[in-house]
Amino acid sequence: MNKIIEKQQLTDGVFRMTFESPLIASNRKAGQFLIIQLDKDYGERIPLTIADADAQKGTVTIIFQTVGKTTSDLSLLEPGDSIENVLGPLGTPTHIGKVGTVVCVGGGIGVAPLHPIVQAYKQAGNRVITIIGARNKNLLIMKEEMSRWSDELIICTDDGSYGRKALVTEPLKALCEEGAVDEVVAIGPPIMMKFCAETTRPFQVKTTVSLNTIMVDGTGMCGGCRVTVDNKIKFVCVDGPEFDGHLVDFDNMMLRQQSYKKQETKANHQCVIDKQAELLQKRDH
Amino acid sequence: MDISSLNAKSRMAIPQMDMPSQDPKVRAHNQEEVALGYSPVAAQVEAQRCLDCKNKPCVQGCPVGIDIPRFVKLAGEGKFQEAVDTIKESSLLPAICGRVCPQEVQCMAKCTVGKGLKDPMKSVAIGRIERFLADWERNRGAVQTPQCKPDTGKKVAIVGSGPAGLTAAADLRKQGHQVTVFEAFHKAGGVMIYGIPEFRLPKQIVEQEVANLRSMGVDFHMNYLVGRTNTIEALMTKEGFDAVFIGSGAGLPRFMSIPGENLIGVFSANEYLTRANLMKAYDKNHVDTPIYDSHKVAVLGGGNVAMDAARMALRLGAEQVNVIYRRTRQEMPARAEEIEHAMEEGINFHFLANPVEILGDDKGHVKAIKCQKYELGEPDSSGRRRPMPIEGSDFLLDMDTVIPALGNVANPLIRQTTNDLEVNKWGNIVVDEDNRTSIKGVYAGGDIVLGAATVILAMGEGRRAAAAIDKDFREKN
Repeated sequence: MNKIIEKQQLTDGVFRMTFESPLIASNRKAGQFLIIQLDKDYGERIPLTIADADAQKGTVTIIFQTVGKTTSDLSLLEPGDSIENVLGPLGTPTHIGKVGTVVCVGGGIGVAPLHPIVQAYKQAGNRVITIIGARNKNLLIMKEEMSRWSDELIICTDDGSYGRKALVTEPLKALCEEGAVDEVVAIGPPIMMKFCAETTRPFQVKTTVSLNTIMVDGTGMCGGCRVTVDNKIKFVCVDGPEFDGHLVDFDNMMLRQQSYKKQETKANHQCVIDKQAELLQKRDH
Repeated sequence: MDISSLNAKSRMAIPQMDMPSQDPKVRAHNQEEVALGYSPVAAQVEAQRCLDCKNKPCVQGCPVGIDIPRFVKLAGEGKFQEAVDTIKESSLLPAICGRVCPQEVQCMAKCTVGKGLKDPMKSVAIGRIERFLADWERNRGAVQTPQCKPDTGKKVAIVGSGPAGLTAAADLRKQGHQVTVFEAFHKAGGVMIYGIPEFRLPKQIVEQEVANLRSMGVDFHMNYLVGRTNTIEALMTKEGFDAVFIGSGAGLPRFMSIPGENLIGVFSANEYLTRANLMKAYDKNHVDTPIYDSHKVAVLGGGNVAMDAARMALRLGAEQVNVIYRRTRQEMPARAEEIEHAMEEGINFHFLANPVEILGDDKGHVKAIKCQKYELGEPDSSGRRRPMPIEGSDFLLDMDTVIPALGNVANPLIRQTTNDLEVNKWGNIVVDEDNRTSIKGVYAGGDIVLGAATVILAMGEGRRAAAAIDKDFREKN
């Protein structure tokens, strides 16, 4: 189960991993995610979005960034190893319709979950304009895949090392001003999604965002992932992860993401120490 | 002395046997089981208190109708194996039910001895004897795998591995049907694994029950969320199941809709207990799952989940744990023994109080809870006196953690992904008296039907549904 077929490092700390999971591969839809756990007794459960899947081969692809202990441990697994527990597909699939022109905006690692959505919008017969952004050239991922499914691809970097030197909100605003945007989907860091929503708000263009909150079970039984949408409590794992960006309380969401900062820092620190110890041991032998 | 010669009066005169427990000061800092169980002698003496009433009122109080006087009598005679076999004719999980059933409102509430002594708590300690017998058998390694009838060629899917699902699985497997249990979590047992803590129900007992089912030939498919990984319809059409039993529980926690609920430091009891129990967050040196560093904790509610969360918070190092409940101790739905244990461990109780707002600091962390005092008014439709707020009685308690334990509602996932499945206005699945749903071949039971109830009621539902599935298979042939 969940045997890793392929692993590739995309950029610094960003990995693409493909593993066997026939059921998820054939049942997943755009916008859905997984919960992964590396050890049934002591491992934590973390949510990761599905970046791609191949129903014929029965494989699922994830793209993740090493931001803490679990993602670092995951990045150390090799083809032939298995991921102990994978639950999915989770979350409500993206509502894909034929609406006209859709602008898909992806920031950083958020480009990965955006990929199946871009693909689905294109296959539904929409004109798809994709904007992807990263801090610099080295952190840009999935340019080719995005270009394959987009009618137009706009690439931005914060430092101008590739594409336009701009934030993703700049081309987004320009497109809205041209008046030909029917829908927007934005996935990336919360602050980016918040500003994308603020950019489109005056134009009243429907803007969907995909929220990435703290989760435990991913099935709706704990409410750890709750967010306020339109002044009501919603669970990201069941009601989401996609919501109307104009109705999400991003400030509270960003606040709640810091809930375990202290423990996470400690775990990550410990994990770095462990890795260094491991390296030193290897060198000694 | 010939014990069989004891008359009713002398039996009534035997004091109830105490069950030894860990010292409250010690146990408040560990996850070990609090109640240590009867010794064989204590179990035998306690069983002598039973009057062996002809009309067996206690049996009417048991949701699965265990022949209580018979097993208690056998226990009193020291025939422990026969006694536990008697229980197993009606109940599959005696080690669990003996620990978690609220006996004082079930079997013990009807006991003649308790009636005579005017206190159900002084009734024959049926649950403790049941627990002793199950532990006695398990500890001797004497648990036998039940016999299963020859293969019928019928396939049943069980959705959820909580008490309802496990009971249905065992009953159906015994009838010779092929049974697969689909569980969303990575461990089987439902609330018995993620909710009820180790100090009340050692996980090893639940694991043992699951292992017994596996040895009977029940398949377990973990990490499988029915409704997402596959739908009920797909299980029946594509995967070839002849029947489906939905025992997915009432897992969706309720929040209060008061200001401040989304501050850092507010956790549903489900989240808090899942992190602590299932994810073992209490084992801080080994686990990856973090748990909030709490010092002053408010738990909201008066049920078992509230007691579990409060006592867990204490064990995780909180200096002060408060239970806030809008009625009084008499109305608390939690098991009497757990309320007592919580009080012994030093949990503070604020009765007749209800939170109106959670206050945060400038960083968005909980710093206090504002409550309002209540008084009890006229009885409501359920017979409980309705709590009424007292105007202008607000008071503040400094807190850094707030854990609402206000009950759960049905998870919407299955109803959202299953066409034609009839549910009521609370989202619970509607079933007939044999637990059949509105879809042919689909049955449901436990909390997804009842709303949040008890382990034993869920087991009763699983059993009834299994009987109906078996009957419907036979009638079709």
